[in-house]
Amino acid sequence: MKYYDEYYDKKLCQSIMKKIKGLTAEEMNIMEVCGTHTVSIFRAGIKNLLPKKIHLISGPGCPVCVTPISAIDHLIALARMEETIITTFGDMINVPGSSSSLKKEKARGADIRMIYSPYQALEVAQEFPQQKVILVGIGFETTIPLLANVVLEAEQKGLSNFYLLSLAKIMPPIIEELLQSQEVKIDGILGPGHVSAIIGSKPYQFIPEHYHIPCIIAGFEPVDILWAIYLLIQQKIKGIPLVENQYTRAVREEGNPVALALMNRVFIPVDSDWRGIGKVAASGLDLKPEFSQFNAHNFEVEVETTKEHTQCRCGEVLRGIITPLQCPLFQQVCTPENPIGACMVSSEGTCAAYYKYSNE
Amino acid sequence: MCLAIPGKIIKKINPQEAEVLLGSIKKVVRIDLLPEVEVGDYVLIHAGYAISKINPSEAREISKAWEEIQS
Repeated sequence: MKYYDEYYDKKLCQSIMKKIKGLTAEEMNIMEVCGTHTVSIFRAGIKNLLPKKIHLISGPGCPVCVTPISAIDHLIALARMEETIITTFGDMINVPGSSSSLKKEKARGADIRMIYSPYQALEVAQEFPQQKVILVGIGFETTIPLLANVVLEAEQKGLSNFYLLSLAKIMPPIIEELLQSQEVKIDGILGPGHVSAIIGSKPYQFIPEHYHIPCIIAGFEPVDILWAIYLLIQQKIKGIPLVENQYTRAVREEGNPVALALMNRVFIPVDSDWRGIGKVAASGLDLKPEFSQFNAHNFEVEVETTKEHTQCRCGEVLRGIITPLQCPLFQQVCTPENPIGACMVSSEGTCAAYYKYSNE
Repeated sequence: MCLAIPGKIIKKINPQEAEVLLGSIKKVVRIDLLPEVEVGDYVLIHAGYAISKINPSEAREISKAWEEIQS
């Protein structure tokens, strides 16, 4: 595939790795904030090949993982309503809530359907006009314009049985939250490439300006990631932190203006709860009041009191404070077959990535 | 979740949809977010939507890396 295979060139990867090893850097913590980066890094074995001084830390960029238990419980309550169909991306179905999960509800007879594109929720709504069809709206800026498009299309088609439960979250505020908290020393940010394809490179300016660390927006293939790491180390050595775009084939400075306009037309920023992190101001998006007829938050349902697993350390994993290896449940009790926390459920979760790739 | 893969537009079906070639697989995707795409363009596809047009003149990551490595 063009624009894909060439970014897996082994010789080039080896040459970049040599170049990285040739740089005389001090200890450096690089956070990849995007879950898709986490998976790529593990799959390509990059973590183990880097010099020991360069530490890659996974951040809060897996939408399934950062969705709090209270939101899962809310979804379960919605799934229990009469004449309701829940449409969701696959991973969400396995995330444990306080006492159930969407999977368990499905087994008990709830109509829960896995979709690959938000657009399929509209198709379901058209096919079953007597049912309430709820789209589980998780995702970052990469996915949010798609949700906006679907809502506008529902309005245009006059669908009265389509609803969105927006659990959408945006990246810059959570990056700022992590940098501000200083719980983990971060010396460089590997910027999320596909979020940036939508929002562009400007929203990251605060990273070098206020926190004096570099941010390289990176693609997802091994050449992209290695090159971005090389650029980060180089910037650290030079001591002049900047936002730099490695992923030039897909990311423009201004992002995707059509997608941004759609987002702004349909959504407003709201404070949002992140698993293990808590409420972060203006870090989520919900439907604007003029779209309230589509807002699944308006259903009055009884949601059970949230019960967190006392030993699950997902929150610290998401903040980059510990690796899954430091969690007592990891691999012992918590496995992909029997996940305790969301980070083991999602294929992009840090715990799932460690489980799948660390023992190879 | 932010996975997106490159595909080539082979047919514009209507202002909202186009047929793309992903490797050897043909698939219909939404192009609402990239209304200007033309047949022959490469786009990144995420969850059934084209989200970004690949800019061939900017797709120089490989040659730039080689240039710097050899410098």
